[in-house]
Amino acid sequence: MATSTTAVPSAGPVAGSRSFLSRLRDGDEIARLITFLFAASVVLITLLLVFELWQGSVLPRHKFGFSFFRTSVWDPIFDQFGALPFIYGTLVTAGVALIIAVPLGIGAAIFLAELAPARISDTLEFFIDLLAAVPSVIYGLLGVFIVVPLMREYIQPGLKNTLGFLPLFQGPAYGVGFLTAGIVLAIMVIPYIISVSREVLLSVPRDQREAALSLGSTRWESTWKVVVPFARGGIMGSIFLALARALGETMAVTMVIGNTPTISASLFSPGYSIAAVIANEFTEATGAMYTQSLIELGLVLFILTFVLNGFARLLIVATSQRGAGMGHT
Amino acid sequence: MSPRLRWRKFVSGFMLTMTGVCAVVAVAVLFFILGYLVYHGGTSISWNFFTKLPAPVGETGGGMANAIVGSAKLLLLATLIGVPIGFFGAIYLAEFSGGTIAFVVRYAADLLNGVPSIVIGIFAFTLVVQPFKHFSTLAGGFALGLMMIPITLRSTEEFLRAVPRALREGAMALGASKWKTISTVIVPAAYRGILTAILLAFARVAGETAPLLFTALGNRFWSPGWNQPTASLPAMIYTYAIAPYEDWHRQAWAAGLVLLGLILVINIVARAILSRGIAVPRS
Amino acid sequence: MKRLAGLFLVVLCLASIVWADSTLSINGAGATFPYPMYSKWFDEYHKKNANLQINYQSIGSGGGIKQVTEGTVDFGASDLPMNEEQLKTYQDKHGSGILHFPTVMGAVVATYNIPGVSADLNFTPEALAGIFLGKITKWNDPAIASANSGVTLPANDIVVVHRADGSGTTFIWTDYLSKISDEWKKTVGAGASPKWPVGLGGKGNEGVTGTVKNTPNSIGYVELIYAQSNKIPYGSVKNSSGTFVKPSLAAVSAAAAGAAKEMPDDFRVSITNAPGKAAYPISSFTWLLIPEKFSDASKRDALKGFLKWALDDGQNYAESLSYAKLPKEVVAKELKAINKIQ
Repeated sequence: MATSTTAVPSAGPVAGSRSFLSRLRDGDEIARLITFLFAASVVLITLLLVFELWQGSVLPRHKFGFSFFRTSVWDPIFDQFGALPFIYGTLVTAGVALIIAVPLGIGAAIFLAELAPARISDTLEFFIDLLAAVPSVIYGLLGVFIVVPLMREYIQPGLKNTLGFLPLFQGPAYGVGFLTAGIVLAIMVIPYIISVSREVLLSVPRDQREAALSLGSTRWESTWKVVVPFARGGIMGSIFLALARALGETMAVTMVIGNTPTISASLFSPGYSIAAVIANEFTEATGAMYTQSLIELGLVLFILTFVLNGFARLLIVATSQRGAGMGHT
Repeated sequence: MSPRLRWRKFVSGFMLTMTGVCAVVAVAVLFFILGYLVYHGGTSISWNFFTKLPAPVGETGGGMANAIVGSAKLLLLATLIGVPIGFFGAIYLAEFSGGTIAFVVRYAADLLNGVPSIVIGIFAFTLVVQPFKHFSTLAGGFALGLMMIPITLRSTEEFLRAVPRALREGAMALGASKWKTISTVIVPAAYRGILTAILLAFARVAGETAPLLFTALGNRFWSPGWNQPTASLPAMIYTYAIAPYEDWHRQAWAAGLVLLGLILVINIVARAILSRGIAVPRS
Repeated sequence: MKRLAGLFLVVLCLASIVWADSTLSINGAGATFPYPMYSKWFDEYHKKNANLQINYQSIGSGGGIKQVTEGTVDFGASDLPMNEEQLKTYQDKHGSGILHFPTVMGAVVATYNIPGVSADLNFTPEALAGIFLGKITKWNDPAIASANSGVTLPANDIVVVHRADGSGTTFIWTDYLSKISDEWKKTVGAGASPKWPVGLGGKGNEGVTGTVKNTPNSIGYVELIYAQSNKIPYGSVKNSSGTFVKPSLAAVSAAAAGAAKEMPDDFRVSITNAPGKAAYPISSFTWLLIPEKFSDASKRDALKGFLKWALDDGQNYAESLSYAKLPKEVVAKELKAINKIQ
């Protein structure tokens, strides 16, 4: 850490680093050393982050052990902390998001990669990239003022009237809750699924398609039975990436989930997610056990996203390489 | 045509149309968001919004001048932290490093990139706020800076690697030292790409709210210096959106419009820079 | 271009350094209950003393206690007095104590949004406890309806709204419910962030008001001014002498009358469910938490000056914002206590 903070001022204005570079021009070794320090600081920061999360959650880890993940009591008055409702809320909202986002995202990616002329595909992709850049708090703003009333007035009563016999769609229509958070999350992760899946689909070698078409497949059959299975790994990767995003998403979820630690089969029920409880309670958690329990939640979130991201990257890289390998032969 | 073939053709046509619908829906969301923000934000935005401090709670009027300046300071600091580390780290990765170290650094950067922003907030709180005993611009800028590092690092590295081999070898053949080659040939050649990477990283953190909640906190007044809590646009949108006051909702829309406008413009500019720059082969 | 950017940077840095020197910034954080009052006070005081900015962030009473103990803010604010354990933690950490200064008094009201019902409702303590325990789930439940003859209540599900953050408003509310309901006391208890049996969470008084306002058939509890300034109805509550009292400043003052005469030296006192026919039962003082020792003399003097002003001229702003002024006895006692700040 010390290296990075002390080194910053000497780096000077970023794009104007040429004069700074020129001073260093003489020694390759000095340059190597300095750039190494910057690179090493990235590793240091990451290690420090893991260390702080681990160190910061000593108390609840010792006191509750694994029961932290199994119990659902979150009671700061009696210093009892169980993370189950938050983990549940995080997984359920992310699950709802994927159920909506995956078909839509993959459908759109197929259109962009297989059907649309390059020009249209690139233009649409440009818009999709812009959509991915919209900050979380803006989705939250629109969620609070558009999605929540819409859910309360139309969608939830509608679902109750048609599918109300399912335990999923029972209880009062609050507007906020798991379903609403899931829908907002779906809108947020669709761009990620589209972008990555499109890339992967584009990397499928042309001869795969041509072979299928020449055997008499329709366009859709060649896409669905040949191209998509070929890119399956990468598409799965994009889904994991989206899942990791959805799990860690904070602001938009906090604004529409209802902020109540409940475990309920009904998607109309208000809930809570890990990120949301940290956002709401971290500044005001009194007592070491309370604060550290929140940090442990942070650790859980970190590990979840870490595993998912790693998995996603592996899948995407493997698929692209497979495509590239086939392309060369 | 046999009925079966006709059916297959129908399925093909139908499914392909559906994929088109999916694409249109996805893109329509962007225009819906933009349209709604322009409609609501546009009618709420006024000169006061840019020049006045927030009014006391419950009173109408006031603006977000302090939040705009606060965001600018936070982002400046974030850039000063994130860009040098990302840029020089990338040079090391692309030009100097061998296998193992590069792998570790890349791995760490990818890890950092995936960390949820709220966790970055916790980290910045324990690392900066607690020891310095102050919520501050410094802590907020630090948190945002951390988030800029991996984005800058990984894309800069990619652009450096995309510089044609011939350029490198040419410079080396003329007897230039490695560092001279990097600073006079490779970096200038990848200049546009790097600038794009930095701009995109900047745009990404400009809208971040979660890490600011426990670092920059908020401020009703101007935040003097760097060691005081500061208001910021995204955090103000959050506070104002969940509050009951109509006038605050109005201002939240206005702030949303300003923030989104800024982010989209940076994104478009960044892409424009790139598309006119060196050709980067698609992987 | 680069030079211009560099120049801009230098100017910005210099400007902010010069700026930092000329104004004194004091940071406080805590309760949302008195936030409208404090933001008005700090705004007015800033107009009188241009070189002093007191920045107050409403992050909840729990947050106020935590952050002042951590030393990340200069002072805290809370609607629940710190308990012995918290005082000890503070003492251990800083080697000196922390003082409570009541600033104003307020009422926590049961506010609701029932489409088609514009009348002011009456709530018995049993009804309130039942609703918040999740035992009473429909608006037309006899427990509510019996106290409101003449009002047609719908058969809709009640949506309970409570605070999602550590809150002094919650403490006042649950402190009251604990005093009037044994079941509440046993299963939930009084505290800043209890384990709620039912309901939606909103962040801050602002968040609860916003949620009630946006959610049909909901009930929540907020500080009086949040209900008034947002024009949402709030109900009368039956007090310990059996009369239904509409929340008002006079009713809050009546609740404080007893406590004012026997104020303990550290000002930590609860006035929920207070005796007296006119007393509104869910009333409370709200406190500023100010460290006994300051390392920075200029901050100390500025805060002392502000406190004196708030207890004197500042009190005149209270009523227009629906807070009750402090009783005279309490003000006199506090003015003496200010000297304890060193």
